[in-house]
Amino acid sequence: MTEIADNKTPDGPVDAPVDAPVESPADAPADAQADAAAEDVVLRVENLAVDFRTENGPARAVSNANLTVRRGQTVAIVGESGSGKTTLAMAVLGLLASNGSVAEGHIWFKDEDLGHVSAQRMAQLRGTELGLVPQDPMTNLDPIMRIGQQIDEGLIDNGLRSRRDARARTVELLDEVGLPDAARRAGQYPHEFSGGMRQRALIAMGLAGRPALLVADEPTSALDVTVQRGILDQLAGLTQELGTAVLLITHDLGLAAERADIVVVMYHGEIVEQGPARQVLTAPKHDYTKRLMAAAPSLASRRIEIARERGLEDVLDDALLAPGEEAAAGTVAESDALVQVKDVSKVFTIRGSGLLSRSKDFTAVDGVSLDIPRGSTVAVVGESGSGKSTLARMILDIEKPTRGTITFDGGLVGAGGHKDQIAYRRRVQPVFQDPYSSLDPLYSVFRAIEEPLRAHDYGDAAARRARVEELAEQVALSKGQLQRFPAELSGGQRQRVAIARALALSPELVVCDEAVSALDVVVQAQILQLLAGLQDELGLTYLFITHDLAVVRQIADRVLVMQQGRVVEEGTVDTVFDSPATDYTRTLLDAIPGKDLELAL
Amino acid sequence: MLRLIVQRLLLLIPLLLGLSVLLFAWVRALPGGPATALLGERATPEAVARINTLYGFDQPVHVQYFKYLGRLLQGDFGVSTRTGRPVLDEFLTRFPATIELTIVALIIAIGIGIPLGYIAARRAGSFIDHSSVVVSLIGVTVPVFFLAFILKYVFAVELGWFPSTGRQDPTMIATHPTNFYVLDGLLTGEWDAAWDALVHLILPGIALGTIPLAIVARMTRAAVSEVQNADYVRTARAKGIRASRLRGEHILRNSMLPVLTTIGLQVGLLLSGAVLTETVFAFSGIGSFLAEAVFNADYPVMQGFVLMIAIVYALVNLFVDVSYGLIDPRLRRQQ
Repeated sequence: MTEIADNKTPDGPVDAPVDAPVESPADAPADAQADAAAEDVVLRVENLAVDFRTENGPARAVSNANLTVRRGQTVAIVGESGSGKTTLAMAVLGLLASNGSVAEGHIWFKDEDLGHVSAQRMAQLRGTELGLVPQDPMTNLDPIMRIGQQIDEGLIDNGLRSRRDARARTVELLDEVGLPDAARRAGQYPHEFSGGMRQRALIAMGLAGRPALLVADEPTSALDVTVQRGILDQLAGLTQELGTAVLLITHDLGLAAERADIVVVMYHGEIVEQGPARQVLTAPKHDYTKRLMAAAPSLASRRIEIARERGLEDVLDDALLAPGEEAAAGTVAESDALVQVKDVSKVFTIRGSGLLSRSKDFTAVDGVSLDIPRGSTVAVVGESGSGKSTLARMILDIEKPTRGTITFDGGLVGAGGHKDQIAYRRRVQPVFQDPYSSLDPLYSVFRAIEEPLRAHDYGDAAARRARVEELAEQVALSKGQLQRFPAELSGGQRQRVAIARALALSPELVVCDEAVSALDVVVQAQILQLLAGLQDELGLTYLFITHDLAVVRQIADRVLVMQQGRVVEEGTVDTVFDSPATDYTRTLLDAIPGKDLELAL
Repeated sequence: MLRLIVQRLLLLIPLLLGLSVLLFAWVRALPGGPATALLGERATPEAVARINTLYGFDQPVHVQYFKYLGRLLQGDFGVSTRTGRPVLDEFLTRFPATIELTIVALIIAIGIGIPLGYIAARRAGSFIDHSSVVVSLIGVTVPVFFLAFILKYVFAVELGWFPSTGRQDPTMIATHPTNFYVLDGLLTGEWDAAWDALVHLILPGIALGTIPLAIVARMTRAAVSEVQNADYVRTARAKGIRASRLRGEHILRNSMLPVLTTIGLQVGLLLSGAVLTETVFAFSGIGSFLAEAVFNADYPVMQGFVLMIAIVYALVNLFVDVSYGLIDPRLRRQQ
């Protein structure tokens, strides 16, 4: 039934030249060819413009882009989301969305203009001369096909191996990217792989045809820092060995500084600056690059900056910031801890897979104790699977601890009935990771913020409206934005909505589970600033759950490092960052990309 | 996988028990009691008393229920009050007809629905896409009996291309070892009988298949639209694989997951008998027989057929769930 389906290609760039005015001086291609041969140039993008067809006519996503990638070189394109960096890379691969096309300019790959070759030729080049390592390992593998088969098919269809020999080669390739037990792993499905393993498989896929040019689109941004480092090392090692040119797309300046020879900065579809990595990042010329540098999560604590602004140098001596007035007036006894977690464990039972097989116990959190002082910010860091999110869920009273106790303001969490639980929810509010999926797309901003007020019977309609407007002002959302829907907001604006919603009931504790991880650096800095300001103004207590150590340094007072369900290190941010006591913490710190960049700044 | 099948079969037990209680209570709750229902409203008190003793309607309700249940377990679903034959026999002779009709309807629904939905999604906004929307809308909005009448009038009565009623030409002499008429013809080598039975299935098959066709086409279109924009499809294209492999192995296979559920639900519905279609074409499947049973207050047939249809429906859904696991490895673990 498929053969009646399109035998013409659905792919993007074929129809491009038809409506695009191609201005090509007669001598340009010849020159480009000559240069390419002479200087080992693999890719040369000339005056490239990419348009997307929209209902309001064509929208230009990339304009007037020029860049060159030489053999064995790594060129990083840096910019925030929407800057056109991914569009540029996809244009090179001929993988633009179906409404996108090359409107102007040329993409010289060796001696062919990829902007104007046939779709068939483009398909031939992909998988042999051009490779892709995509961004998100969770969504880039076909979920219902074995990993090995997904690599085999590329080898077979590109005529690199016969059907019979493909698997042996696939195992070699998986082995090469550092996947242990590759032969067995090749027979598994993506859901049986961890994120890091999937990313390794994707790298094997991208390099399977030994391409001359590899496009790596944020190849590790979805992974933990320690995993990130290992994978980037592997990628760098392999491409160096094979002499592959790499076009690295990233929003992470540190990563670009560390891994690239040339850095290209994009902003609003245009290349605003490019040059050798160190030069661009240490002496930025363009305003946007300067802003990007300023916003990058640095290892200088935001708290120190805030303190300096107010001239309160003395607080720096005391690592634990003085608690607010209310603590002084309130409980004099034992401590001013708002939350006390004592020796808490959480054991999950995993059901066996066979008919008669036994279920197994999995200890997600193992004997963790911590105090969250009132008015302070405590961060829990660790890789995924370290148990940090489970700990947060127990503090939020979403999960019950298997052992141990959690007390909040002197009362035992989860001990009372349904009413107590609802009362508790008023005082403790979460802000979740993904601002794209944690807001109901059918609720206006006003309704999203108002919802908790309704649920907890807060005043009448007028009182609620006043409260919502007050909250919107606190998180710097305009009145006009209250009538909008999530789809019309940027990631940063959505996270402001999520924060306003969390603050609606005047909670005492706000639990931020990777609350800024999905945001661009500039926006991330704004949100962190907002959170710090709100803490000051409202005397909030924060629990930050994150894998991003740079963020921790910016916002937290105390930090706990978790590994495999246990707390391996605990202390003030300065002690942990400046003199980490365990190897694990040191590994985490070392893995922050561009750690030494600040020295140069 | 085995665990799933065993679990689901065990779940079927309480389901059928519950249904048997409902069916039992329903007949007992009829105005005037089951005897009056059987004999009609003008029955004499003596006749009612005789029937009550004969069928045990005078015994305590729980005793009656357990006796009823006991008979069910032995495969005794009672006797049709209209034909005088055992309900189980009536079901088994007619069910093959319904299965045949279902298969033809499904071939039409899947054979046209999936390609139509696929092409519509791959060429979103094209003429084919727009016409597929129109076709689907007509498919779900036109009442089945109306479509059946139109088909019969145009293609059977006016044009005479197809027979208008029945499963086979009544003048045809054919043997029926399995009651699947097309299969019977093939088994016995009576080719003309097989062909004749097949021709009789076309019009009712089209009438019955139209709604599932529309639903399958819409589901396929939605699923393909989503899958073709998935990251892993773009990654597969980046590998430079053949277009046919991209379509078949990646796009279509992933799109089939939600479509399969839809098809499963439709098969269940089709197998429970198409009352309207079978009636219009005088096609002797379980649907038309059940309808007649309702008009004639044939309670044993209604009770028995409902129970057996429930079993068929549950088994079809189990089959769909199992095949879901075969396509999607992620579900094997969870199941």
